[in-house]
Amino acid sequence: MRLIADRIHHKYGPLPVLEDISFTVEDGEVVAIVGPSGCGKSTLLRILGGLEKPASGGALCAGEAPAGSLNPFTFVFQDFALLPWRTVAQNVRLPLEGHGLPEAEIAARIADTLARTKLTDFADAYPKQLSGGMKQRVGIARALAVKPAILLMDEPLSALDAQTRELLMDDLVHLHEQGNLSSVYVTHNLDEAVRLADKVIVLRRRPGKINAVVELKVPRTARDGTDAEMARQTKELWHLIRADAEAADREILDA
Amino acid sequence: MRDTATMPAPAAAPTPVVFRGGLFTPATSRIAGALALFGLIGLWQGASSLGWISPIFAPSPARVANALIGMAQSGELQDHIMASLARLFGGYALGMTGGVLVGLMIGLFGVFRSAGIAVVSAFFPIPKIALLPLFILWFGIGEGSKVATIAFGTFFPTVVATYGAVDNVDRSLVRMGRAFGLSTLAIITKIILPGSLPGIISGLKIASSIGIVLLIAAEMIGANQGVGALVLSAGNLMQTDQLLAGVVMLSVLGLTIGGFIGAIEKRLLVWR
Ligand SMILES: Nc1ncnc2c1ncn2[C@@H]1O[C@H](COP(=O)(O)OP(=O)(O)O)[C@@H](O)[C@H]1O
Ligand SMILES: [Mg+2]
Repeated sequence: MRLIADRIHHKYGPLPVLEDISFTVEDGEVVAIVGPSGCGKSTLLRILGGLEKPASGGALCAGEAPAGSLNPFTFVFQDFALLPWRTVAQNVRLPLEGHGLPEAEIAARIADTLARTKLTDFADAYPKQLSGGMKQRVGIARALAVKPAILLMDEPLSALDAQTRELLMDDLVHLHEQGNLSSVYVTHNLDEAVRLADKVIVLRRRPGKINAVVELKVPRTARDGTDAEMARQTKELWHLIRADAEAADREILDA
Repeated sequence: MRDTATMPAPAAAPTPVVFRGGLFTPATSRIAGALALFGLIGLWQGASSLGWISPIFAPSPARVANALIGMAQSGELQDHIMASLARLFGGYALGMTGGVLVGLMIGLFGVFRSAGIAVVSAFFPIPKIALLPLFILWFGIGEGSKVATIAFGTFFPTVVATYGAVDNVDRSLVRMGRAFGLSTLAIITKIILPGSLPGIISGLKIASSIGIVLLIAAEMIGANQGVGALVLSAGNLMQTDQLLAGVVMLSVLGLTIGGFIGAIEKRLLVWR
């Protein structure tokens, strides 16, 4: 399934947040959106997922969702958004309820996604018993259980410590190699973008506009932190956003 | 440091860093608690036996226990307790169920919110016992007015706690529900209700103790049966042993109800 951002404009009151954003997420592609904080990345992702109405333009989809998909555009949240009164398995179950699926299929989907996210042993644990990394694995398992066409991830690793982030990044790379899954990955962390994405969209701030689109040619699995090409691309991206990041940093907040 | 002869350099032995991390986290001990309670009763008994305390104004624990046993044997105690329990639970049932329902409406639906909060804010500060005379006119001197007072008194704190609990449910969870395409009904029953349960239960705890206060006050104003009536009439007759026996029963009643709600809480909120 393809997701097309079509001339999206957005404002909060008089403040223009997004201006003329157009791009396409091809089938099976991972598109990272990077930019300094406040440039409108989260707003853009919410518009793409139908949680917010843009002032003009919009998000389009083309093609068929995978068979059995309950929710083609599925979010993974920075703060995990797990229900604390449900166990891991029950949290994964939540979006499967109310669709009239046979109980056997629900159980199979839960077992399958828990296995893919290495959570099988934690099925009966409550979120408060889990580390941040495990909590986000539950968030990812829940998203996979609905068989999404496109994962919409808003800084999914930003609440985690550096080592956990590394481990989950490996898992995300692996997940996308299993194929048949597209993603939009919002982050302010260039290393994450360069590690996972096929294409990086760099947003400029005030208003959020596409500054550059950088294609990453090295296959995902062949990338590691020591790769010279990756280092060069990270540097290139940093040049593109440095001035904006500095401006964002020096801004006086009036809220 | 030229004067090393008069000042022998001590071999600077490492000293431990002084601990200064103690916080106010008192340890609790059931045994110490029980000892304190029994110690207090023992002291009181001792002082009474030695004649330091007037048996009329403060009868000894043994005499209070005797009065309790005597009233239990005659069946009088059970009658009082049953009369009180019936009023209390009648009032709880009306006040708490109504309170949770109205609180949920206010918490969930804009239409009810402004009106509901205005009305609740106006009634909340009234000491509900002030309405007993009115309720006597409306519902008669019998059970109706007492149950109504308790119902009314538990209703408002339950409403306030319930809509506060709904307001406090993490909105990011609601957004998650929307993003996964859950129906509004599913969001209410699977996210908002379970999320507000802890707040609702702590509201019920507060309401239950308000209910006991109102029960006793109402029984003192107009009742022949009930623990409140027992305490009042024993006082009038200078039967301080029976009076204190009634007070002991109130302590037991309060503890039992609190323990009951606590047990429900523990069962329902294992995830916390
Ligand atoms: N609901 C809102 N109402 C008003 N302004 C908002 C709202 N959400 C975000 N903004 C503003 O829009 C801009 C973009 O926000 P956001 O999309 O969260 O940026 P990012 O995710 O890139 O940090 C920021 O300046 C922010 O203050
Ligand atoms: Mg953001």
